[in-house]
Amino acid sequence: MLSALLVMAGLGLFLGFALGYAAVRFHVESSPLVDKIDAILPQTQCGQCGYPGCRPYAEAIAKGEADINQCPPGGEEGIRKLAELLGVEPKPLNAAHGQPKPKSVAVIDENLCIGCTLCIQACPVDAIVGAAKQMHTVIASECTGCELCVAPCPVDCIRMVPVQETIATWKWKYPVIPLKAA
Amino acid sequence: MRPLFPFPGGVHPPEHKTESNTRPIGRAPLPQRLTVPLSQHIGNPAKAVVEPGQVVLKGQIIGKADGYISTAVHAPTSGRVVAVEPRPVPHPSGLSAPCVVIESDGEDRWAERTPIDYRKLDPSEVRNRIRDMGLAGLGGAVFPSYVKLNPAPAAAIPVLVINGCECEPWITCDDVLMRERAASIVEGARIMQYLLGAREVIVAIEDNKPEAVAAMNSACRDTDFEVVVVPTLYPSGSAKQLTQLLTGREVPSGGRSTDVGVQVFNVGTAHALERAVHHGEPLISRVVTVTGNVRRPQNFEVLIGTPLAELVALAGAPKDDTSGYIMGGPMMGFDLHSDQVPVVKAMNCVIARSDTLFPPPPLPLPCIRCTRCAQVCPVRLQPQDLYWFARAKDFGRAQEHHLFDCIECGCCAYVCPSHIPLVDYYRYAKSEVWAREREKKAADRARERHEFRLQRLEREKKERAEKLAQKAAASKATAATPDPDGEAKRAAIRAAIERAKAKKAGIEPKNVDQLPPDKLREIQEIEARRAKLRQALQAPPEDTP
Repeated sequence: MLSALLVMAGLGLFLGFALGYAAVRFHVESSPLVDKIDAILPQTQCGQCGYPGCRPYAEAIAKGEADINQCPPGGEEGIRKLAELLGVEPKPLNAAHGQPKPKSVAVIDENLCIGCTLCIQACPVDAIVGAAKQMHTVIASECTGCELCVAPCPVDCIRMVPVQETIATWKWKYPVIPLKAA
Repeated sequence: MRPLFPFPGGVHPPEHKTESNTRPIGRAPLPQRLTVPLSQHIGNPAKAVVEPGQVVLKGQIIGKADGYISTAVHAPTSGRVVAVEPRPVPHPSGLSAPCVVIESDGEDRWAERTPIDYRKLDPSEVRNRIRDMGLAGLGGAVFPSYVKLNPAPAAAIPVLVINGCECEPWITCDDVLMRERAASIVEGARIMQYLLGAREVIVAIEDNKPEAVAAMNSACRDTDFEVVVVPTLYPSGSAKQLTQLLTGREVPSGGRSTDVGVQVFNVGTAHALERAVHHGEPLISRVVTVTGNVRRPQNFEVLIGTPLAELVALAGAPKDDTSGYIMGGPMMGFDLHSDQVPVVKAMNCVIARSDTLFPPPPLPLPCIRCTRCAQVCPVRLQPQDLYWFARAKDFGRAQEHHLFDCIECGCCAYVCPSHIPLVDYYRYAKSEVWAREREKKAADRARERHEFRLQRLEREKKERAEKLAQKAAASKATAATPDPDGEAKRAAIRAAIERAKAKKAGIEPKNVDQLPPDKLREIQEIEARRAKLRQALQAPPEDTP
């Protein structure tokens, strides 16, 4: 009787210490849920959700502070994936945060640019190159189309241009079957 | 006799080969204007190295290979470059891509042709030369040939297969090429064997081409190459299926035929390699079958860049009820959007279509799960399942069911009793998966750049704060310790100010010296008024509350 108690108590203590040690030793800094949510978000860093970037929004979702329907660039599909991940019902995009748009990139009219660097400071992904009083230009391949550079420009020389389809990005369309034979 | 190992499935559609293979290879006349796309191969497009206005010679490089999976592009004839700009190219999208447009000078003058002495040169040098000759697989996949001639360092490729199966209906360009240029093909195969270190060379031809078999047999007489006649069954010309048929080794999922020690080249590629190595001629022309709804179906040796309309006109012009053109065969080919697109390296066949030859497919009906598609699938997929997943846009499940092992041969759609365009669904699903992967990559890069930027801002802020703190500390230190020099300096400054004041007081206004007396009086009056005002201002106001 006593030996059984001792054995069980000893075992309990040992396992308790082992678990406690593992919790300290293998401590995970960031919540894996935030990473998973962040992986679904489109990384435009546009701030339309009301948070200063995709990761803060992901953290807010993980804490339950933000809803899943605040990301216009992610669109319906993004919401569906978030709903699937979090085990909640998908809901329509909250129109207060904007509407989904076709993917665009910012283009600076280089004749008008005065070299004020305001857009460079606004760009969340450092996709604009230039220096004070020098012409600026957008690296199209790095531009996420967040539009954050458009408002700060004092001479309105930045336009958002929808990305044209090329042979490399062209996609086979979903087969459409006519209801009636022509 | 070599034993054959039939692959699963396959179909045998009506062959339609005799329309075009009874005539010899015709020579197309020199077109006036050639449009040469810079991307005619799998991989990175070539980089243009010519400018509008430049004069080029036949065979001169106009686009350099850009990156590993890429190959060069050459001027098909001598003339002047008139434009380097996007033009419509033969592609299912009907979109434009960068092209070099050359106006022919009619002289067809060659640039210097240097044969490749492949036995003396370093193997990597030989491959670079082949890359600069613009060679790409002419069976239709246009994979850069020099990459395929690069054996893995560990394992040499023991088996080289020269593919003359040409299993798709209507196409006969390989058939007539083997009949007419067997010696060149065999020589090309010998070069490939040397470069790959292959022990065994097999020339595979379907049994519906007895003339080609005879020609290849006689050309291979003095070699140890083996001509193997395989039964006519679509898609035996597909590299993976042919590998299985000849060796019994199945290519693993997601792999290539080289994974089982077999390298497959099309007969057209072997011929082009022979021209490049022994004659120094880059790939600037190819044999194209023009058939279908034309008056005189025939094969033509055509310069790359020739407008399709001119090529079709050679075959006696399309008949009146022609409704369009198919590039490639009816099983795997696609509809061209215009007859102004140029001939490219991938174009093995052009079929003029009409409603009598290719009646529009009947209306698709629901899938009845009859699994006839699964019976004919040469890759042993479950096409009906893939169809459901693609239709439901469930791409993850489609990938789990090996969507990317589908070779898009079209056997499933061919036998489907419900006439469902199955391959269209698979292509749709594949391109959606690719698009998602591209988006994911772009998102990952954006995340990385954003995080780096945040880090940079943080670091800059810290650096600035540190600098300010340092400055503040420095100025505090100077204020605390009295500076003996400082006192002397301040005294000197004070003295200088005093001197300046005294000097100013000493100077009388000089511009009033030579004025008439009435003006002087006026000035004195004004001065007096000013003095009074000054006094009034200096005196404290009496009614201060």
